[in-house]
Amino acid sequence: MKKVEAIVRPHVMEAVKAALQEVGVVGMTVTEVKGFGRQKGHTETYRGSEYKVEFLPKVKIEVALADDLADKAVEAILKTAATGKFGDGKVFVSALSEVVRIRTGERGEAAL
Amino acid sequence: MDLAQAKEALDTLWVVVTACLVFFMNAGFALLETGLCQAKNAVNILAKNFIVFAVSSIAFWAVGFGLMFGDGTPLVGLQGFFLGGADNSPAMADAYQGVFTSLNWTGVPLAAKFFFQLVFAGTAATIVSGAVAERIKFLSFILFSFFLVAFIYPLGGHWAWGGGFLGTLGFKDFAGSTVVHSIGGWAALMGVVILGPRLGKYGKDGKVNPIPGHNMGFATLGTLILWLGWFGFNPGSTMAADVNLISTVALNTNMAAAAGCLAATAVAWSVLGKPDLSMILNGTLAGLVAITAGCNAVSTLSSIIIGTLAGVLVVFAVLFFDKVRLDDPVGALSVHLVNGVFGTLAVGLFATEGGLFTGGGIALTLTQLKGIAAVGAFTATASAVVWYALKVTIGIRVSPEEEREGLDTGEHGMEAYPGFTTHAPAFKMSSSEA
Repeated sequence: MKKVEAIVRPHVMEAVKAALQEVGVVGMTVTEVKGFGRQKGHTETYRGSEYKVEFLPKVKIEVALADDLADKAVEAILKTAATGKFGDGKVFVSALSEVVRIRTGERGEAAL
Repeated sequence: MDLAQAKEALDTLWVVVTACLVFFMNAGFALLETGLCQAKNAVNILAKNFIVFAVSSIAFWAVGFGLMFGDGTPLVGLQGFFLGGADNSPAMADAYQGVFTSLNWTGVPLAAKFFFQLVFAGTAATIVSGAVAERIKFLSFILFSFFLVAFIYPLGGHWAWGGGFLGTLGFKDFAGSTVVHSIGGWAALMGVVILGPRLGKYGKDGKVNPIPGHNMGFATLGTLILWLGWFGFNPGSTMAADVNLISTVALNTNMAAAAGCLAATAVAWSVLGKPDLSMILNGTLAGLVAITAGCNAVSTLSSIIIGTLAGVLVVFAVLFFDKVRLDDPVGALSVHLVNGVFGTLAVGLFATEGGLFTGGGIALTLTQLKGIAAVGAFTATASAVVWYALKVTIGIRVSPEEEREGLDTGEHGMEAYPGFTTHAPAFKMSSSEA
């Protein structure tokens, strides 16, 4: 089992969700986050003083999947989240050692 | 009901209703200040703006009103404490018999006179809360406010409105650019000086670090409430349903506000690069403060000029105070002190009768300057004494740890935005209840 974590621009979240559902993903968790990589921040001013805003709003999408679905999921994310500019984000794929469904207590792939 | 009674009824209605509008300005201040400060201090700022009116009510009833309007000397009133003493209001002028002779020009009951003047005193006190926000101790603010409304404000007020020497000299301050706004402003200034800036506000080499407010919606709504309240503040100061005067005053008030709003917007846009909403809001208030002294005595065109100048002044004042490292989170000094002084001076310059620019010579301007100086010197000194006394006894500033974590938890043991977006913190419901 794999965990796929994608940090993407907020406005692509809906498109990524739809693409993931299309490849068979049934559930996901989304968090609002702030972050930066190579994307430059911007300058804001408040009452005459400037400050740099480097942490930019992003959205983190987390999905737990069977191994064979992980590649398709990553493809779906790449297709829908990319704009070609700095700040498109990253996808992290990690091994998941256990998954449990809280309602029934099912474990492993049955819980996905 | 005869005509005289009908007039009394209209006048009293007017005074009480406009007093209610001015009372509601406390909501305006509460929202504006909270919006321009950080979320972790919201409870504290709301609490200060709320409780200050209660403190003002008691202080002014017990001591302040008597010192301000009671019969006495050119320097201070000596009667009418606890609203006691003879008084046959609403009798007016020569028919008036009582201890509040300075208010015998308005034909409403004493309680209405008191209530109207109370809400003005309350406004002066609440001005201070914004300037000292995010690092003042709650108790120290309460105590300072009591002394301000009981003793300091009434003296300046007595000189101008209560039969004191400034009124005798011909000093003109119709609704209180000096009496309310500059007194609040001077008291705030001394607080800012003695308190010191917020941690992290100023860096080395004159660097100014912005601490943006957390809710511009509050700030904007607050300013609109203040703008509305000013339609009580200025026209109400006729303390009579004088058909022409209240209309003219309301008109002049609004035009100054509009001019101040646009002028500040233009200046901020050109000098700072973008139309900062907090400057748009401050500019509107600056125009309102500036017209307060002369709204009954200047033309509508002059009101627009006064508002415009106020809007320009306030932007540069905000930058100036930061430059000299006087930290004022909401611009109270720039709005109320600077434009309270300017508005008072503006009467001398623009009054249709006696104004320097309307062919009236320099006499009124000089009188205005005397008033500005007298009230300024006294208020600054007296405020400094009280702030300093509080500082060396109970302290006026929260600890650095508390300032970092936020005054909400430090001073009040609670948060303005506790827990999570959807439910309260530490909320527990067993799975069987679910």
